[in-house]
Amino acid sequence: MRHLADNIKDSLIVGGVAFLLFGPFLGLQLTDGTNGNLALATRPVLLAIAVGLSIAARFLLLLWQDHRATRVPAVKLAAAVTKSGKYVAPALLIFAITLPLIPGIDNSYVDLGVLIMTYVMLGWGLNIVVGLAGLLDLGYVAFYAVGAYSFALLSHYFNFTFWECLPLCGILAAAWGIFLGFPVLRLRGDYLAIVTLAFGEIIRLVITNWVSLTGGPNGIYDIPHPTLFGLTFDMAGGPGTVSNFFHIDPDPSQRTTYLYYIILALALLTNWVTLRLRRQPLGRAWEALREDEIACRSLGINLRNTKLTAFAIGAMFGGFAGCFFATRQAFISPDSFTFIESATVLAIVVLGGAGSQLGVALAAIVMIGVPALLQDLQIYRMLIFGIALVTIMVVRPRGFISTRTPSVSLGKAKIISSDMISEGHG
Amino acid sequence: MGDTLLTVTDLTMRFGGLTAVNALSFNAKRGDITAVIGPNGAGKTTVFNCITGFYKPTSGSISIAHTAGASMLLNKLPGHAIAKKGRVARTFQNIRLFGGMTVLENLLVAQHNELQAATGFGVLAILGIGKYRAAEKAAIDRAKHWLAATNLIDRADDPAASLPYGAQRRLEIARAMCTDPVLLCLDEPAAGLNPRESQALNDLLLKIRADGCSLLLIEHDMGVVMKISDHIIVLDHGKKIADGTPVEIRNDAAVISAYLGEGDDDDPDAPIAETLAAAE
Repeated sequence: MRHLADNIKDSLIVGGVAFLLFGPFLGLQLTDGTNGNLALATRPVLLAIAVGLSIAARFLLLLWQDHRATRVPAVKLAAAVTKSGKYVAPALLIFAITLPLIPGIDNSYVDLGVLIMTYVMLGWGLNIVVGLAGLLDLGYVAFYAVGAYSFALLSHYFNFTFWECLPLCGILAAAWGIFLGFPVLRLRGDYLAIVTLAFGEIIRLVITNWVSLTGGPNGIYDIPHPTLFGLTFDMAGGPGTVSNFFHIDPDPSQRTTYLYYIILALALLTNWVTLRLRRQPLGRAWEALREDEIACRSLGINLRNTKLTAFAIGAMFGGFAGCFFATRQAFISPDSFTFIESATVLAIVVLGGAGSQLGVALAAIVMIGVPALLQDLQIYRMLIFGIALVTIMVVRPRGFISTRTPSVSLGKAKIISSDMISEGHG
Repeated sequence: MGDTLLTVTDLTMRFGGLTAVNALSFNAKRGDITAVIGPNGAGKTTVFNCITGFYKPTSGSISIAHTAGASMLLNKLPGHAIAKKGRVARTFQNIRLFGGMTVLENLLVAQHNELQAATGFGVLAILGIGKYRAAEKAAIDRAKHWLAATNLIDRADDPAASLPYGAQRRLEIARAMCTDPVLLCLDEPAAGLNPRESQALNDLLLKIRADGCSLLLIEHDMGVVMKISDHIIVLDHGKKIADGTPVEIRNDAAVISAYLGEGDDDDPDAPIAETLAAAE
């Protein structure tokens, strides 16, 4: 426990640093002086507020740290979080399923739900590579792009429909996962991260520059929307449309709702496959790979195949998500597949707790939902968002849910605390 | 005494200008506990890494005979196939467990190849059909057998990293045994164990031998080596300086001089030499 005097001293030092930092920024201001010259004015009140806030924040943080030191041990806390997770996950699922059915819900919320679900799915896909296999992939957007462009090109040149393309997009993305996985098999850590990042950029640059095929920066227009057993969601309401068939008034929310349930089903498929695989030799081999590659090899596990399956299956779900993205937007261009997308998805995985399905879903809701809901706050939006991210990383450095549930047990399964779990070599 | 299981012929391993192992040849018999001893830096672990495929030898060959007469060249196999096809398992000098996974999971990962074969490329097992369920049950039974043998059955659902040091050593042996090897290579299994644990280790190793698996071990603890080994190979500076039964090695002039050093009383290996002398 820190002594109170120490805390006060520490806070005052922080106040001093804050004064030095904020002094020039907030304390001084250029104003119009006499004769059209610039004059220097001071803003002592603003400066005092900033310094005062810094001191108070530091003091509260120290108090909280003292409090934390005497609190329940991390394992107990983790067990409590996981226990409550038992109820959070079904509650979230029920909410996700009923969201578009809530009477009077605005279409924009369902649309936001579609966006969040897309990122939940991407997060779950990347979780296989980063969370389970421990391979740091900074170029996940490449597979998202492969999926999206596969569908866009197949529909543009060969008039394929969404449902025909969906499996193809997954297969093509998985093939690219293997293709790009081969060169990075021997790389670990920083090197793996840099090379995967480069692959993400290469794919985007190829799409941008191969103008004759992809339309380059202009993108591809008029990608067909998904149909419901051949029925389209056309606002005109002619023959062969959903509204005509069911004798209801055409409404934009019908298509949004349909898209929402497609992505929900795709995301749940991702989740289901991941959960099943985790309890199988392949999933266990991924986790063993994350824990110790050399020991894996000594036990006769083929590292090449194990890594490539992780890349391929992760990429496949990225491809599905990309295919969905293309059909939802009806227009794609290389701008949608920049590095920031990879970074966002990786942030979702890390923030949620690598390896945890529920954590990733929660993180996607926070990362995508909160900025969208804070639109009204305009410029402060990103500030609040940034502070929230930093806070979470301080409070829970290994993500929302950092514990691991064993895939098999003789007696009652015990939750494994995060300090036992290795983060992988890259 | 059985026939020859492992044959190492003219094994040489160079790292740049350093010759860690120099034209080493030795045999290990089926059903024997063969010990490789030698002062620090003698090249023992390098020999192990060559046998278990972590290093590709500069020259020479290593072959294993699963049945009398049949022989398979280990140095031609890719790294992971040594355990799978060569049926040579190993433990590590610095323990390498899957710390975040439970004890039971560690043992199931060791049976990966058999289990994976039962999953129908994963697809059938995801759908919950096929023979995976039975295969997993068999794997758990085998894991239970080794957990009982290593006295770890109570800790089966605890993460491996939470076990005490001695238990981690035993778990690593149990994990290696779950790959169903014909030859188990142990790199200093008794390092850091107290006398009681060391005795328990001896019993475990003798039990493994009685079950039909041959052992090759590197060990500094002469108490363990002299008590349980059938055959000892002594290395110094990458060369074999002696080869024989514990009694022969104990009285070998070359071994004594390698350990005691010739007229060098500041020898860092002196404590080992004392143990060696005390064991006489």
